[in-house]
Amino acid sequence: MTRTILDPTGERTVAERARLARPASLDGLTVGLLDISKPRGDVFLDRLEERLAGVGANVKRYSKPTFTKPAPVDLRHEIATECHVVIEALAD
Amino acid sequence: MGKPVLPDGLVVVVKRDCETCRTVVPVLQQLAADPGLAVYTQDDPDFPGDPAAIHDADLGVSWHHEIETVPTLIKVEDGVEVDRTVGWLRTAWEELTGIDGLGPDLPDFRPGCGSKSVDPDLVDELRVRHGGSILQARRIEIADAEDDIEMMFTRGWTDGLPVVPPTEARVMAMLDGTTRAPDEIVATVPPDLVDVTVEKVAIAAVMAGCKPEYLPWVLTAVEAVCNDEFNMHGLLATTMPVSPVIVCSGPGTRRIGMNSGINAMGQGNRANSTIGRALQLLVRNVGGGRPGEVDRATHGNPGKVGFCFAEDDTASPYGTLAGQFGIDEGVDAITVFAGEGPHCIVDQLSRTPESLANSLAHQLQAMHHHKLVIAFDAILVMGPEHARVFAEAGWDRDRILFELHSRLTTPAAELARGAGDIAEGVPIGLEGDLPKFTPTGLMLACAGGGAGLFSMLIAGWANGAKGSTPVTRAVRY
Repeated sequence: MTRTILDPTGERTVAERARLARPASLDGLTVGLLDISKPRGDVFLDRLEERLAGVGANVKRYSKPTFTKPAPVDLRHEIATECHVVIEALAD
Repeated sequence: MGKPVLPDGLVVVVKRDCETCRTVVPVLQQLAADPGLAVYTQDDPDFPGDPAAIHDADLGVSWHHEIETVPTLIKVEDGVEVDRTVGWLRTAWEELTGIDGLGPDLPDFRPGCGSKSVDPDLVDELRVRHGGSILQARRIEIADAEDDIEMMFTRGWTDGLPVVPPTEARVMAMLDGTTRAPDEIVATVPPDLVDVTVEKVAIAAVMAGCKPEYLPWVLTAVEAVCNDEFNMHGLLATTMPVSPVIVCSGPGTRRIGMNSGINAMGQGNRANSTIGRALQLLVRNVGGGRPGEVDRATHGNPGKVGFCFAEDDTASPYGTLAGQFGIDEGVDAITVFAGEGPHCIVDQLSRTPESLANSLAHQLQAMHHHKLVIAFDAILVMGPEHARVFAEAGWDRDRILFELHSRLTTPAAELARGAGDIAEGVPIGLEGDLPKFTPTGLMLACAGGGAGLFSMLIAGWANGAKGSTPVTRAVRY
């Protein structure tokens, strides 16, 4: 006999957004470096900043208040409006 | 399906399985001959035969007309019930029908039997069949040839153990456990930030194996973990082996049969095992928190199937953990804590509070790493025998915590990175003594069997605003 059960999921419709095309060059673009506030993430990002400056990118630095929580919406908006590209550093 | 209209005149509902129904058959024959009678039979379509009956095969007539006892004799005028009597009481039947001399050979009185429409084994299905659905969840059909349990594994809805299929009847029965409306939003569940309704929580509770009376505890646990303070998202995303540890307090723990005694943190108690599991299934299925996806735990721990136990507030000499967070005695409450599996602390010889405090402090200092301090909280769950050592010396909760904290400070130089030939540690350059815990970072609970000089240490995760803060909520029924 056919049985019927109730869907246990959130039944959400996922909104998918296409990524922007990768830029051919970073020359003149603004690159955001997001530190998630894990130890030594800054070491990695410091080195990236040097390298990016060397290819003509403008670098802006950001950091999350804590690595354990998603970036606050205001921070995400700030990065989106100020940068062409963002690099997020994980950790340890 | 609407409510079936009963024919005008006299109507009786019977079943063969009821001795009183069989007893009144001569009366039914008498009434059928004059003035006329409509007979509905719940079980055997051939009962009583004379007079012939209408088979209430799907119990729709009985359910809609709220028949609780058979026989039920009803008087109908213009399609509306105007009177009814249940069982057999000659005077009542004579008054209702206006006919004297009914069943002269029958005893004066016989109580009726339970109607099939209120049979506990049928009532959930009948409610779904006749009640009109109030549930919003998408219906999913399982094919004839498909196995229910395997189907749910295949869809990725389980924690690796079988789940109970959430049929509408089971979910409706589960919802009887709360006064809250099925469509009420309970919380927004990370990581996908999906608004979850009471109904979806009930579905998870069915799948986990909960009884309806556990539902308020599950709902409260969901509310307690789905907020920025507790940070369920972070608990999933971390590589550490933590998950919500649910500590239940209050007299309601006994009402729903929770275990706070022998093997309180182990297997074998339905409420302990399924309340925590329901929360985890909800986070998985509604929130989308699945291992290998947002859940990045390096090892995890068995408590991630569900870790829930009750405090023994009758054995505890220092009150409850919920009380530590301001919940009044006698109020049912849960505390959620971002913790890993429990670790046993053995001390079978200490008979003075000082000696036992020294023992416990050594183990607490070692939690996660003896050189890492301040960053992690802990719950120390003493067994009644350890708790008694302190109680007999007159140490209350504040005294125990004070004495433990006073034994849990270490010179910063000994904790610094590189000290003791161990690279791990606190940053170099800190001065003075450092406490293992923040002033509120060590919590006490009491649970476990009456024999065994043991305590259990539940180690926490990144604490405070940068990680997770324990949340205590009174259970909302």
